[in-house]
Amino acid sequence: MSATEYIVRTKDVVKVFTLGEEKLRALDGVNVDIRRGEYISIMGPSGSGKSTLFNAIGGLDKPDSGSVFINDVDMAQLDAGELAYLRCHTIGYIFQTFNLITVMTALENVTLPTIFAGTPTDDGIARGMELLDIVGLGHRYHHKPSQLSGGQQQRVAIARSLANNPSIILADEPTGNLDSKTGEEIIALLRRLNKEQGVTIITATHDYKMVDVSDRVIWIRDGKVEKIENRADIQLSIGGMAGEAEHLAGGETG
Amino acid sequence: MNSLKIRFWRSMITGAGIFLGIAFLCFSGSPILISLFQHTLVPGPDLNRQLWLVVMALLVCTVGIMNSMLMSVSERFREIGTMKCLGALNSLIVRLFLIEALFMGFVSSFGGWVLGFFAVFVVRWITLGWAGGVTSLTPGIIAGSLLLSVLIGGALTLIAALLPAQRAAQMPPAAALRTEV
Repeated sequence: MSATEYIVRTKDVVKVFTLGEEKLRALDGVNVDIRRGEYISIMGPSGSGKSTLFNAIGGLDKPDSGSVFINDVDMAQLDAGELAYLRCHTIGYIFQTFNLITVMTALENVTLPTIFAGTPTDDGIARGMELLDIVGLGHRYHHKPSQLSGGQQQRVAIARSLANNPSIILADEPTGNLDSKTGEEIIALLRRLNKEQGVTIITATHDYKMVDVSDRVIWIRDGKVEKIENRADIQLSIGGMAGEAEHLAGGETG
Repeated sequence: MNSLKIRFWRSMITGAGIFLGIAFLCFSGSPILISLFQHTLVPGPDLNRQLWLVVMALLVCTVGIMNSMLMSVSERFREIGTMKCLGALNSLIVRLFLIEALFMGFVSSFGGWVLGFFAVFVVRWITLGWAGGVTSLTPGIIAGSLLLSVLIGGALTLIAALLPAQRAAQMPPAAALRTEV
């Protein structure tokens, strides 16, 4: 487990969506290498293929060609059961729409992955409470998602993604449905988890606040990697924070 | 099992569909069942009419149950997608839904039978009187109709839940998550 070991590698990943007659190459030969413990942001305008790349890395969708390696294992070679095992133990997912199960309490949502992993119920509940404490919601464990604010729901989702000690957390627009202050809290929380627990965090986002905390930023445009930058090199290229703020104020709802 | 409790009202509506279907089937099927037990089944226009009624009832019942189960499973596609992302095995998801459906099918069918048979009981009491109508309902007839109702109800519910659950479980999670309801 050397520091330079790549936890995620993609090789010429191509994904084509067919929209009626038209064929859209959502991903067009993407090569990305991500090191263990990094905090990566995948950035790009809507429709640039961020989410498609996210789904490909997370094994939520099969690429049409090319391969994705997680810990040097080619995901295309795995059968459904092994994929489920990978999703259960190696990868934690966070979504823009939270995707909590609405009829379950916060604690039940967080313990759900431990049930899939076969953890004994008591251990699972202990783990769930511990995680809810980490995200600062320990006192609200018995609340249903509908009784929680968006930011709180997202924190439950983050706790859930950590349930089985994954080595990677994939977050698809984790701040997309949140106001910018709550968004910042979520970003800070992700950063803290990245530092304290050493999980690799990969976010697909167009929230410029993410850039600040990322180790590297992968810019995607029209299904291709435009450039990969280290954080130190980025400062100059984002003079547009004010513009982004306007964009956020105009474009966000809820 | 837990989710039946928490989705109590939603399940009640789905259950009511099964319930009424089975009640109707039980009621319309009873004349044939009774004459079958009394060995007085004679071919003729009367029997044909009754058979028609049973076939229609079965049809209504099938369509009703299929519809309500399809709805109740498909509105949970996102949930299935989420569970897959969290590492649930396909077989576990299908099993979860089948247990739920089976439980719901049996309970609702039993309820439907109670209502249907009660209707038979009342109608026979009124039209044929206590001695002629009600006492001829032997335990065999009662047990037979119960068994048939619960079996048909359970089987239909199971099939109706299996198809969409299986389809959803085999989708890639991203596709299941994209589903809008």
